[in-house]
Amino acid sequence: MVPLVLALCESAGKPVGVKRFCVSGILNGRDGGRKDLGTMSDEEEIILSELNDEELVLQMHDDLYDGLKEEIEEGTNILLERGWTPYDVLTKALVEGMRIVGIDFRDGILFVPEVLLAANAMKAGMAILRPLLVETGAPKLGSMVIGTVKGDIHDIGKNLVGMMMEGAGFDVIDLGINTDVDKYLAALEEHKPDILGMSALLTTTMPYMKVVIDTLIAQGKRDDYIVLVGGAPLNEEFGKAVGADAYCRDAAVAVETAKNLIARKHNQLGARATTA
Amino acid sequence: MPTVATSAPAGKPERTRIIACGAIARETIAVLAQSGMSHVDLTCLPAKLHLYPEKIPGEIEREILEARAEGIERIFVGYADCGTGGLLDAVCEKYGVERIAGPHCYSFFLGNAEFEALGDATMTSFFLTDFLARQFDAFVTRPLGLDRHPELRDAYFGNYEKLVFLAQTDDDELDARARAAADFLGLAYERVRTSYGDLTAAIGALK
Repeated sequence: MVPLVLALCESAGKPVGVKRFCVSGILNGRDGGRKDLGTMSDEEEIILSELNDEELVLQMHDDLYDGLKEEIEEGTNILLERGWTPYDVLTKALVEGMRIVGIDFRDGILFVPEVLLAANAMKAGMAILRPLLVETGAPKLGSMVIGTVKGDIHDIGKNLVGMMMEGAGFDVIDLGINTDVDKYLAALEEHKPDILGMSALLTTTMPYMKVVIDTLIAQGKRDDYIVLVGGAPLNEEFGKAVGADAYCRDAAVAVETAKNLIARKHNQLGARATTA
Repeated sequence: MPTVATSAPAGKPERTRIIACGAIARETIAVLAQSGMSHVDLTCLPAKLHLYPEKIPGEIEREILEARAEGIERIFVGYADCGTGGLLDAVCEKYGVERIAGPHCYSFFLGNAEFEALGDATMTSFFLTDFLARQFDAFVTRPLGLDRHPELRDAYFGNYEKLVFLAQTDDDELDARARAAADFLGLAYERVRTSYGDLTAAIGALK
């Protein structure tokens, strides 16, 4: 409904990384060799299967950074063939790679298009790992119901948060876009998650978060959930004003905040149990 | 910033400055020309500020202070809320100045009442104005990286259904550009001739 560009940073003029670069550059360079991206002129074809585990994982971080979907799929399969657990591939190769992407996004080195490409690459790796993770089991931190609020169809940020939360070990129930209060409440009732996440890109739709939270309060259910809110036009103050537990400025912050608040909740429950 | 048409003979209405978004510069000049208001001058901020809406209130405040330092008391802000989430209103209130009503230029060009009445029906519409049809590449294609990565198109626009060109003027070339933009984004195309909408009355009130 309103300009997408409103919320996005300028990305023109950013040096685009070369498709492939020498792995020695990664191992020798500071910062995982990422500073070399724009300047390496003589590309060397790298055979992923010939790299040792450490080199391959670092290479996958760089391939994620460059949004190379097929390379991520290949790297994921190689590590699995070498006997890595799906959980280790997920956390050490994919999640760690996206963590680096997240840092450079926050620092203004990467912009939304690059983050989207990286996310698409990670999604491809996760598609391979997801069924295996179900089979082999992985530590679960909790669960989250997430959706873009009513009147809003923008889901890039919401999808990124969902993916990073899943990568961090949360079960994520994604309600999609244009989610009204009834749909949120029905999902909370059905899935009984630890966390409710709401996203909005528009200043005209973000006030709806308060409608949802006020309804939870009115029904006496507010304290049953950790409520996280996010979206480009939001800020800390807005998060407090609508009664959320936290405003999360990006997907990485959402994951960290979720982990901290879950831990705090468990501690409180534990303390209550011991004093009871 | 460029300032145009500064002349206010003695005895005429109070000298007034409009501080407007560069994306509505042509339209503001056109309305001023229609109404023949020579006591109003216009300063525009770069339209690219929309890429960083959080910077808009501070830039407007700077321009207000500059105008006041020039001895201009009567100021009108040629911005809607424009993604500032009320922060621009706080600046306007602080200095006792008015702005164009509405959430964004799509709304005031169509007419705020009409836009509001449409409600969630506008949710799946991606709007262009004359300015955005003319500057589509600079304000949409390139900032979203679609020139380099056209495969990201559906990640951005997959939930939209149509591109609605809110045309301020009758211009076949802009119509063709807007239609091409819709094709590029994979959206249905609709053109609505709005003229200057609520902008005309807002500027007219400065007489």
